[in-house]
Amino acid sequence: MTTALVLFFVASALLGYRIITAVPSLLHTPLMSGMNALSGITLIGAIALYATAPPEASLWLIAALLLSTINIAGGFWVTERMLKMFKGNKQENGDKAPWQ
Amino acid sequence: MAVKTIVAIFIISGFLTGIYLMQSPRNALWGNRLGALSMLVAVIYTLVITGIEPFSTPVIVIAVGTAAGFILGQQVKMIQMPQTVALLNGFGGAASALVAFVALTSLFGGVLFTFTALLALSLGTLTLGGSLVAVIKLHGSALGNFPRGRWLGRLLSTLILLTLFFVVLGSLLPETIFFRLAPMTTALIAGLLMAARIGGADMPITISLLNSFSGIAASLAGIAAGNLLLTGTGALVGVAGLILTRIMCKAMNRGLLAVLAGFTASFSAKDSSGKMGNITQTADTIVKEEQPALETIISNARSVIIIPGYGMAVAQAQAAVADLATALEAMDKTVKFAVHPVAGRMPGHMNVLLAEAGIDYDKLLDLENANQLFKTTDLAIAVGACDVINPAANSVENCPISGMPILEAEKAGHIVIFNLDQEPGYSGVENLLYKKANVTTIWGDASETIPTLTARVDRIE
Repeated sequence: MTTALVLFFVASALLGYRIITAVPSLLHTPLMSGMNALSGITLIGAIALYATAPPEASLWLIAALLLSTINIAGGFWVTERMLKMFKGNKQENGDKAPWQ
Repeated sequence: MAVKTIVAIFIISGFLTGIYLMQSPRNALWGNRLGALSMLVAVIYTLVITGIEPFSTPVIVIAVGTAAGFILGQQVKMIQMPQTVALLNGFGGAASALVAFVALTSLFGGVLFTFTALLALSLGTLTLGGSLVAVIKLHGSALGNFPRGRWLGRLLSTLILLTLFFVVLGSLLPETIFFRLAPMTTALIAGLLMAARIGGADMPITISLLNSFSGIAASLAGIAAGNLLLTGTGALVGVAGLILTRIMCKAMNRGLLAVLAGFTASFSAKDSSGKMGNITQTADTIVKEEQPALETIISNARSVIIIPGYGMAVAQAQAAVADLATALEAMDKTVKFAVHPVAGRMPGHMNVLLAEAGIDYDKLLDLENANQLFKTTDLAIAVGACDVINPAANSVENCPISGMPILEAEKAGHIVIFNLDQEPGYSGVENLLYKKANVTTIWGDASETIPTLTARVDRIE
């Protein structure tokens, strides 16, 4: 298990490094708020623990659940709001999805 | 490979693809949505495999948290984005600390488990402390004059070393509750102190660093809890934060350690301005009244670059600047905006504020592209920008901004500078541009002075 964990850590960090460095400075704020939302991933750790932890720990876990969901929802929503404001030249159809 | 591993790889790939889409502003919105969708899948999958009932407490808490997050995200203004991200960082850090704390009391593992859990606990509380101070500082001027003496730097390093000491001892003596509370306390104080010491214009660095910490804390909590998805995603956030921290440090020509130690105060601003007095006096002899009327300069200019600084955002003059750009474009001039990486209180903040004012992103130039264009530009208009256009960064040795990459506005044919007053910027270095012959300075609140110029432009035939 430990090997798998270390492998995940290293692989994510390296792949992330490659992809994140190519994000232009124009989008650094949405990048950061989006990554901020991802750090709320602790939520799944809290859910998994909730199922097994003794009852006296549940109050702490409820606090963790609440804080991390606020982190996730708030983070993704501010990113959505910001990115909607970024408009390019009107001739290009900016509203189309990448696969269109 | 277990199903869990495959699911974790699948979801992390979703996150990575989302970030990949953020490499272009056209696809970025879909990138964010893909990230959110992947997160939703991760949460539902975890709820299902842990067998939590659909109407039980955790599900209700998650629903409440989601609603609260949306309300918060909807309420904040774009100018408040730095403190919003800082606050959410703090929440993320606190959640990781709590998860690590519960893992320590309910799971049992070897020395390595206790060590990572205690590290996660410490880094999580440090992130919480630092973020709360950053929120307060960004929201008002409180704590702005926090002392930055060297003894405080030593106290900070001592606290961090003490935290590590407690973590190591605690992992050898996992049953002792003292070694859970002690590193938490020292890390919390270290976080508070660290953010309190870092000054206003260094905020982009603080926020990037806290962002990174919140990710690393989540990743460590993941290692402790044996959760692959948590470990991988946390690492991703940690790396992103570190990349942005490095970019911000480069843009200010500051070492990370120097920023953390609050070295701004150790430079004597008096010394540098004294030295520069001689330089500016020579330029002073050029009489400003010889300039042709601003109207003539504007109507002759074919290309214009506007340089917005944080002062513009403080004066809330974004809309006025957008109007000025429209008026200039109506006269068939090309108008571009040059954005310095640290123009704002978090990385990329200025681009968001300009986008909010309705300015197309293809008119926004980054540092390198802007500096290639200045020599062939007829007119540069700086609004609330001081340090980032100060040629002292290139020409004066040993001043606080020496070597800092600047927007080379001085290469433009003529420069109009809007600023609240003649006071130097955050660095305390006098702006060498103010007294040059081809520079027009207009003092006052940009939200009033810009519309006046726009009106003058409109009257040009």
